[in-house]
Amino acid sequence: MTVSSAPDPMLPEPLRIARAKRETHGVFTFELDVSARGGFPFLPGQFNMLYPFGAGESAISISSDPHQPDRLEHTIRAVGAVTRAIERLGRGDVVGVRGPFGSAWPIREAEGRDLVVIAGGIGLAPLRPVVYHALRRREAFGKVALLYGTRTPDDILYRKEIERWRGRLDVEVEVTVDTAGSDWRGNTGVVTKLISRAAFDPGRAFAMICGPEIMMRFCARELERLGVSLDRIWITMERNMRCGTGLCGHCQFGPSFVCKDGPVYRYDRVQDLLLVREV
Amino acid sequence: MEQESLARSIAQHPLVAGMSDEHVDFLSGCVRNARLDEGQFLFREGQRADELYLIRSGKLALEIHDGARGTIVAETVGGGDALGWSTLFPPYRWELDARGVHFAHLFAIDGACLRAKLEADHDFGYAFTRRLLNEVHSRLQRARLQALDVYRARP
Repeated sequence: MTVSSAPDPMLPEPLRIARAKRETHGVFTFELDVSARGGFPFLPGQFNMLYPFGAGESAISISSDPHQPDRLEHTIRAVGAVTRAIERLGRGDVVGVRGPFGSAWPIREAEGRDLVVIAGGIGLAPLRPVVYHALRRREAFGKVALLYGTRTPDDILYRKEIERWRGRLDVEVEVTVDTAGSDWRGNTGVVTKLISRAAFDPGRAFAMICGPEIMMRFCARELERLGVSLDRIWITMERNMRCGTGLCGHCQFGPSFVCKDGPVYRYDRVQDLLLVREV
Repeated sequence: MEQESLARSIAQHPLVAGMSDEHVDFLSGCVRNARLDEGQFLFREGQRADELYLIRSGKLALEIHDGARGTIVAETVGGGDALGWSTLFPPYRWELDARGVHFAHLFAIDGACLRAKLEADHDFGYAFTRRLLNEVHSRLQRARLQALDVYRARP
């Protein structure tokens, strides 16, 4: 994989929506047509600034397969003015794109080790490229586990894909929901419960976590309790990203800028900052 | 002979693993094997809580019934979990329902027998209670995170 950005990182590139798919209530996936530009190489964990014209920009993680740069996907939750404006777009509409920006999940560093991917809610989207990569290069890793927690059974993202992954014998996939009715036959409870039950060796595991900050803190503590070294735990941060290049300062996180130095961070380098209320 | 075999089996359960042979033997006198079919209730809210369960395999749903919202699954538990702290504290009544989701094998520890042994041998009592406290601590942490409803959409 190689990565190249648009010549001017501040200039949005118009890309047409090739496919639109409703994932769950309020969450949808757009595939953008990148054929005219010869694909859109990126690294797992990177994000783009998406610009529905006239409505502002929003930082959205890339959720497609990094080994298939001819397909560029973003899974978006409509929660604010910009993402709601994106939601109103459909197949054939054009959106402005700047990127890819930011740091990547350390997938090469994780090779040769057990890989534990822990996602919460929409946090599965930024980790989906890691799962694609791990499954394509399965022989490069020890045990691979995907542990996914979300709110209710109706909120499970990429449901069919998860079922396919579960069907593989070489990857452990566990899903849990915070709340469910009695007709739900899967796991109920928080995602941290899945960690202690997953089959991996804490002494050689590499963990990548994405979800709400509180959830990531609880997961990191559970991993630490089990014996996973903090320098082998990685998380991804979300802040108010604007320029994508570390110039505007909107996403300052202590001494770093999330858009440029993050969004993927090694946990031991930011764990203290996560507890500073003013940051 | 059967008791020895039971003691060896119990010693594999995470709640008991690492306890001294003497304490495991002592505990095993209160234990019987049990099974729960899918859809069967292990206990119902309000019934007398007279056994503590160590789940060996399978899955159970801990359910709370609310008139307006129907039945809500508070948590599912499975192999390696312990269930039934209500058997240790008065008034010894279950505070929720436990229903089999997948066929389950369990160790059922008689509550009165266990309480008597916890009192009779404080070394055993400390070792067992400490392990149970660790389980309660984990459950409390999970309950806190669950109550925060962290995945709810917030603008």
